[in-house]
Amino acid sequence: MSPLDLLLEPLGYEFMVRALATTVLAAVVCALLSCWLVLVGWSLMGDAVSHAVLPGVVLAYVVGAPFAVGALVFGLLAVVLVGAVRGGGRVKEDAAIGIVFTTLFALGLVLVSVTPSDTDLNHIVFGNVLGVSTSDLVQVAVLAAVAAATLLLKRRDLVLFAFDPTHAHAIGLSPRRLGALLLGVLAVTAVVALQVVGVVLVVAMLVIPGATACLLTDRFGRMLVLAPVLSATSAVVGLYLSYWYDLASGGMVVLVQGVVFGVVHLLAPHGVLGRRRAGRAAAVADEATTARPEAAPVV
Amino acid sequence: MTPALEVEHVTVRYGDVLALDDVSLRLAPGRVCGLVGVNGAGKSTLLQAVTGTVRPGAGRVRVLGDDPARARRRGAIAYVPQQEAVDVTFPVSVRDVVAMGRYGRLGPTRRLRAADHAAVDAALERVGLTALADRQVGRLSGGQRRRAFVARGIAQEADLLLLDEPFAGVDKGSEATVVRLLRELAADGRTVLVSTHDLHALPDLADEAVLLRRSVVFHGPVPEALRPETLAGALGLATGTVASRTGAAGEGAAA
Repeated sequence: MSPLDLLLEPLGYEFMVRALATTVLAAVVCALLSCWLVLVGWSLMGDAVSHAVLPGVVLAYVVGAPFAVGALVFGLLAVVLVGAVRGGGRVKEDAAIGIVFTTLFALGLVLVSVTPSDTDLNHIVFGNVLGVSTSDLVQVAVLAAVAAATLLLKRRDLVLFAFDPTHAHAIGLSPRRLGALLLGVLAVTAVVALQVVGVVLVVAMLVIPGATACLLTDRFGRMLVLAPVLSATSAVVGLYLSYWYDLASGGMVVLVQGVVFGVVHLLAPHGVLGRRRAGRAAAVADEATTARPEAAPVV
Repeated sequence: MTPALEVEHVTVRYGDVLALDDVSLRLAPGRVCGLVGVNGAGKSTLLQAVTGTVRPGAGRVRVLGDDPARARRRGAIAYVPQQEAVDVTFPVSVRDVVAMGRYGRLGPTRRLRAADHAAVDAALERVGLTALADRQVGRLSGGQRRRAFVARGIAQEADLLLLDEPFAGVDKGSEATVVRLLRELAADGRTVLVSTHDLHALPDLADEAVLLRRSVVFHGPVPEALRPETLAGALGLATGTVASRTGAAGEGAAA
């Protein structure tokens, strides 16, 4: 079989075409969002919100509402609960996040177990990209478009929010509102991604592409190109591998992304080897541009 | 004349800790004021109360006669963060940082127009960073990075510039450059409030000084502020200790 056949044969099946389309959409929008999540330091928040949407998605299924509505409600609820648990000051934020998202996720699992359905709701948990229907694909496309458009239109404000929220506040913008916007997009994006890899692995797609791009460039604008390209390519490769070797599709998508990150981490300018080179270069660097330690007396 | 900054009976508490106690102060436009105090004296808190990041439990703040929220929306307040508050690995260039000064006056997508690009270029020129404009912000020296953030305030056309410890981790040459820059801005009619540990820089830098120790211990001309007995009050030390530690030249000592 020629290499071209390897690529084309799966496309003879409609389910594979839908799977590829869904995967690429999810990979691109997750990668865009991940650029901000890794810079704000919200990877754990991404994990939390993506797990916490599960009960919302199940309830939306039960009442016949769009998944995104349920996801948004529970994503928001998770954020409010984290704030409330942390509010007293005794419970630190990471513990608060850990408590809230696992509890909501557990609620989701219980709801799955008691909800009679013709489609297997466990697919929400572990993903079932090969079983995506045309209406699922349409929903994914709409949500992905909304999320991506929001991120790209507000990208400068969101970068400012990530880089210097104090300045954002000082010029009359609301860091709180920008944070809420990012969380809203996160909840919507979680719905898109869980179709591909399931709730459990969504966080991988929300963190790995941004972290990979971050190692490759010093320009945020370039991250916004590199992350989606790497993410979509890895996801498609993962899907093809799962097709040919009969492996779990969601797992393969994430595994390939993880391997790509590993390679970049080793070889990139900001990666392990790059830092070694930079360390040697710094020894002969121009002293004039380097701040000397402050020797002046202080109060 | 409307004061550039009015702080009236401002009190700030963090839980049980009293950070600012009945602080009042007025700054006239076109002045550089040094805000001096030991760690924990409330310098950063006072700056944050002016930007509105911290909400005072009592008292009020006015910036050029406006309440802080209005002044913020007008772009009247620029804030230069402490060295360690900046994520130096963040993938933005010097030009990107300066452009952020314009965001308040732009449309919802913050797309820069020709006039904004010109203002950014002019601000970069003014602080002498034109040649480094496309560098990632972490690849600057401490002093250059301070200048980049001051340039952001210039591009913003802010009336009131607040700087939190701008000389920490900055070499002497860069410090002199920043001091000259701030003096020029004051000569243009802007008002500059600088929190600092560094008594050394004060005579060149500031027209007046505020000594802060949860409340205002002294507010007046710099030479008076640097007198050992005045400093002793601000630092909460015995006069003799300060005199021996600061010396006639007004050198400080680690508190």
